[in-house]
Amino acid sequence: MSATQDAQAQIPVTVLTGYLGAGKTTLLNRILTESHGQRYAVIVNEFGEVGIDNDLLVESDEEIFEMNNGCICCTVRGDLIRTVQNLMKRKNAFDAIIVETTGVADPAPVAQTFFMDDDVRASARLDAVVAVVDARHVMQRLEDTEEAEDQVAFADVILINKTDLVTPEELATVEARIRSINPYAILHRSERCSVELGQVLDRGAFDLDRILSLDPHFLGDSDPAHVCGPDCDHDHHHDHDHHHHDHDHHGHGHHHHHHDENPHSVKSISLTAGDLNPDLFFPWISQVTQVQGPNILRLKGILAFKDDPQRYVIQGVHMIVEGDHQRDWKADEPRQSRLVFIGRDLNWDVLEQSFQACIAQ
Amino acid sequence: MPTVAPVNVDGFVVRAGFLNDHAFFASGEGDVVIAGQGETTLRPHKSGLLAAEVAADGVGLITSGDDGCIYRCSPDGSFELVAERPRKWIDLIAAGPSGAVAFASGRVAWVRLADGQEKEFQHERAVGGLAFAPKGLRLAVSRYDGATLWWAGTDSAPAELTWKGAHLGISFSPDSKFLVTAMQENALHGWRLSDSKDMRMSGYPAKVKSFSWSAKGRYLATSGANAAILWPYFGKNGPMGQSPLQLGSRQGLLVTAVSCHPVEDVTAVGYQDGSIAMCRIEDKAEVPLRGPGEGPVSSIGWDRDGFRLAFGTEAGEAGVISLKD
Repeated sequence: MSATQDAQAQIPVTVLTGYLGAGKTTLLNRILTESHGQRYAVIVNEFGEVGIDNDLLVESDEEIFEMNNGCICCTVRGDLIRTVQNLMKRKNAFDAIIVETTGVADPAPVAQTFFMDDDVRASARLDAVVAVVDARHVMQRLEDTEEAEDQVAFADVILINKTDLVTPEELATVEARIRSINPYAILHRSERCSVELGQVLDRGAFDLDRILSLDPHFLGDSDPAHVCGPDCDHDHHHDHDHHHHDHDHHGHGHHHHHHDENPHSVKSISLTAGDLNPDLFFPWISQVTQVQGPNILRLKGILAFKDDPQRYVIQGVHMIVEGDHQRDWKADEPRQSRLVFIGRDLNWDVLEQSFQACIAQ
Repeated sequence: MPTVAPVNVDGFVVRAGFLNDHAFFASGEGDVVIAGQGETTLRPHKSGLLAAEVAADGVGLITSGDDGCIYRCSPDGSFELVAERPRKWIDLIAAGPSGAVAFASGRVAWVRLADGQEKEFQHERAVGGLAFAPKGLRLAVSRYDGATLWWAGTDSAPAELTWKGAHLGISFSPDSKFLVTAMQENALHGWRLSDSKDMRMSGYPAKVKSFSWSAKGRYLATSGANAAILWPYFGKNGPMGQSPLQLGSRQGLLVTAVSCHPVEDVTAVGYQDGSIAMCRIEDKAEVPLRGPGEGPVSSIGWDRDGFRLAFGTEAGEAGVISLKD
């Protein structure tokens, strides 16, 4: 696996998750009706209220295929493989694909489809997973269901919708809860999904070449994990809280857990170190993902290997991991390795210790 | 010397072959180009075309599309609606005896008989492929975790064949003794129908998307490797315990389409780079038919006598290769 596949030939795919009533259909209708110069093929779980007559709108029953490769979490969406292959017979008719999942769907099989099926992989690339959450109901959903938490944990972009239906205090609570599950996603606030579509589409979140930073609440200015409200003019106004922004960017062995009362809920961990020994790191990451893959929702990392002038970027979904060299470390850039896991029931202390054991001597 | 006569087709060639003496090319963009004395273009579907199969009479072409329609196209340029399932993408079709047509979308398959009568066959999981048995109104449906055999003319209970995993393309051996499926994994699965004995045919680096039985049904030729892989089906155990033949091997180049000659033990082989060759099974002798082009060969098909081969690629290149002047 590599990041050097012909990205030009691969159609970008955006996966849209979110509970029933969160506002996915509103967002879809906007994408299908606004003039943005892009033609989208849209795969929906049911036509429902998508009131658009579009011959590139296809209804698809979710078909989870287990792969006979001995990997218990390696599932793909069979219907998606079939639909993407069918779409490729009319390549000239559209520029990008949007996949809407059912409200209770686990996003992993959708994402894994784009890594595990060779034909799909050759023709399409996963761009980002976008979760739409309803500011008024999301807290209850997160209490009630693991799926709601998975959707937030899995997302690259989270749209907190219906902000007009909650007080500023309630909104702050919602944001803090979402951040506690997934500090690395980009948050946007909206009423009636009125977010600029460029903030949702064509994000390149799974693109190894575009993994720039893994800092939650980023310090610098390149790609901050920022919150954009309805009035956002895309200056980066950091109006989110910084309560777990306490890490030391120069020390080794730093970690921060995002604690939560529920021991089974999703947490994230950011592991940092200096130069790593690749002969120790690769067997380690392979072992971690083989053994703990079912509990790892997402992982991303930017790594410095000893005597290697290039940044190595890595990302994964459950047991699937892919990595590649990205570019040279810049002269003014500290050679720091950072690896982020978002998952459930992971043994955080063991992860931390075993990661530290990969440091180059 | 083989000669190549190019034909203009717009878009991914879903299917290429012959209706009597006329070459046809069905494109994903919706065109059906018929090339005989001059070229005729039909556009039966409102938008894209997803599948095309030659009818059992060898004259009609059954097509299906993302408009939910199934048409029968004729070489004279006419077409008629066979069936319709509004808002469904019909991407699987099979042509059966006496004008019967099978089609499927999602988990449901239907058979429409020539008299207009329709039967519906529900499955618990996704349908991956359809094939009529060589004789009788018997439909095989590949699906998740196996295949189901239906008698389309009666209400008798179906026969179930089970093997874990997603089964896609499906085909009966010409003597009806074996049923073979291509799987989501890079392998074929098969059953000997007399006793439902399972057969695994694995070792492919890619999915098998094209298969074709040799003239007397002695071999099953398949795509999905750096050579055409031919499994022996003569002997009562079929390919069980046997190694396949490899024809037209190319280093680092996948075979994407195969089509066995209708008379001789010869297989036409299309490659990922657009090139096409013809290989004799007996001694693996090869004749190049077309050089590399702009896209993988997506479909090839012989005419009835085996003198001409129609081909198409994913990049919309198409043509007719003639073996004699």
